[in-house]
Amino acid sequence: MRALLAHRLAAPVAIALIVVALAFILPSNFYLRVAALVWISALAVIGLNLLMGFAGQVSLGHAGFFGLGAYAVAVLPAQFSLHPLLALLAGALVCGLIAFVVGRPILRLKGHYLAVATLGFGILIAMAIANESWLTGGPDGMPVSRLTLFGWRVRGASTWYWITGALLVLGAWLAVNLVASPTGRALRALHDSEVAARVAGVDVAHYKLIVFVISAVYASVAGSALALVNGFVTPDSANFIHSIELVTMVVLGGMGSVFGSLVGAAILVVLPQVLTTFHDYEHLLLGLMMMVIMIVLRSGIVPSLAALIRRTRP
Amino acid sequence: MPDFLQFCVSGLTVGAVYALVALGFTIIYNASDVVNFAQGEFVMIGGMTTVFITAAGVPLHFAIPAAILAAMVIGLLLHRLAIEPARGASAVTLIIITIGASIFLRGGAQIVFDKQFHSLPAFSGDTPVMIGGAAVLPQSFWVLGGAAVIVALLWFFFNRTLLGKAVLATAANRLAARLVGINTSFVVGFSFVLSAAIGAIAGILVAPITLTSYDIGALLALKGFAAAMLGGMGNPLGAIVGGLAVGLLEALGAGYISSTYKDAIAFIVILAVLFVLPGGFFGRASTERV
Repeated sequence: MRALLAHRLAAPVAIALIVVALAFILPSNFYLRVAALVWISALAVIGLNLLMGFAGQVSLGHAGFFGLGAYAVAVLPAQFSLHPLLALLAGALVCGLIAFVVGRPILRLKGHYLAVATLGFGILIAMAIANESWLTGGPDGMPVSRLTLFGWRVRGASTWYWITGALLVLGAWLAVNLVASPTGRALRALHDSEVAARVAGVDVAHYKLIVFVISAVYASVAGSALALVNGFVTPDSANFIHSIELVTMVVLGGMGSVFGSLVGAAILVVLPQVLTTFHDYEHLLLGLMMMVIMIVLRSGIVPSLAALIRRTRP
Repeated sequence: MPDFLQFCVSGLTVGAVYALVALGFTIIYNASDVVNFAQGEFVMIGGMTTVFITAAGVPLHFAIPAAILAAMVIGLLLHRLAIEPARGASAVTLIIITIGASIFLRGGAQIVFDKQFHSLPAFSGDTPVMIGGAAVLPQSFWVLGGAAVIVALLWFFFNRTLLGKAVLATAANRLAARLVGINTSFVVGFSFVLSAAIGAIAGILVAPITLTSYDIGALLALKGFAAAMLGGMGNPLGAIVGGLAVGLLEALGAGYISSTYKDAIAFIVILAVLFVLPGGFFGRASTERV
């Protein structure tokens, strides 16, 4: 059992099992839709977790990439009648390029300075999206044309459930492979100490940039997926509050844990849905639960529980 | 020229509020290494509590101290119930706790108060004073003067009182401070109370100009944080300069370039400054210990 849990592919396999199992358990389309939203958020969170949990770099601007991905599949098909899938790839490419260009100067900053620089960068993207109404529809957002594959119109909650679930499993699988690669080792080295990593011959700036670009691509693909599922985009997807939500998901679930990314995303997507029944008390309860979880399970849910299990069963 | 003066005055007024929020960040950060994202909520609590107490018929000069006291109590509770139990957790964990606290306080405010925008009557009327062609609201003088008084009092407190020096000692080295007999847990709690009071005063002073509602805190925390980083995290002078700079940039950017992109202009300048000075205006060049 221990060996199974410690296996490299444990997280993606567990996620795949959950996706398959839930498909049979969830009773209605509404639940399937919420689950699809969880898979999408989890995908973005896995990317951000690579940056935060493995490389130890904070980004408070990832909703910017998420928003760019979302608007790519909205704007490109509408303006240039590009196929939505090509638009998704174009969005991911553009986000990767932007991350590559701004990454080098931004990632020179450390700690809270990095946080505020990425925050500012995210806000620039969000403002451009909200204000360039001629292209993006402004604060009201814009519709996204339906995805058609080989003449088949992709629609329905359960179809999207499987597509987004498959995307998530793919993302998790790529992430654990990256972590186990020499690049992953370099990232963990610079997480523990940049100076020590540099002394050991790790090109710190290079690896930080790589993981920043990768996490931007994850966020962009997740944003595109959300836009396609919803059939509509609003500037809220690029909002700084969404950036903070993504960071919160990473930390709640557990930094450096791919499975934790899913747990963190699930909590912050599902909890507000549940709490809407409490109407006015929704935010009060959400804030309270965030505080209690972080106080009790301070390393994040998955790593803290894993440590607990290891201690009780020697 | 009158335009320029007008933009500067409104920029400095808003900037003074950012500066006070940034000062609150700095005080708590220095004492405890916590970046308190609930700092903006103190501003909201100060303004909203004053509005609702005065609405109940209490005169303004009683409502204001009551509102400041309310914010101080909440600051103390935040430290005792949320920060202290998580002592020793990583910086990111503590940040998420303060974000949770900020959502919690916002949720509480929408229940205790309401979701409307509110205003306070200006303390000395609404007749603008003409200075060099610029029309200045009397309330702007209250904001700027209030901020100046707070800064002066803080300077006196940190340099001339024993408790102030205890806070500085805790900021410099917590373990060493404890070894010389300073109750560091008390000092950290005190810094939360102090920051809450400063935030509440800022919220009350600016409420007649900018209006207040239950959800103003998040954006103020963001701007205050950016201002603190622009000045150099942990440096009180930097917080004040950073706050005023962000306010001025916004006002001048809105006036001369584009009002829809005023926040963007402020952040472009912040990014540019950080690229040149990675530690902000007054940040020390730091070396990492291995």
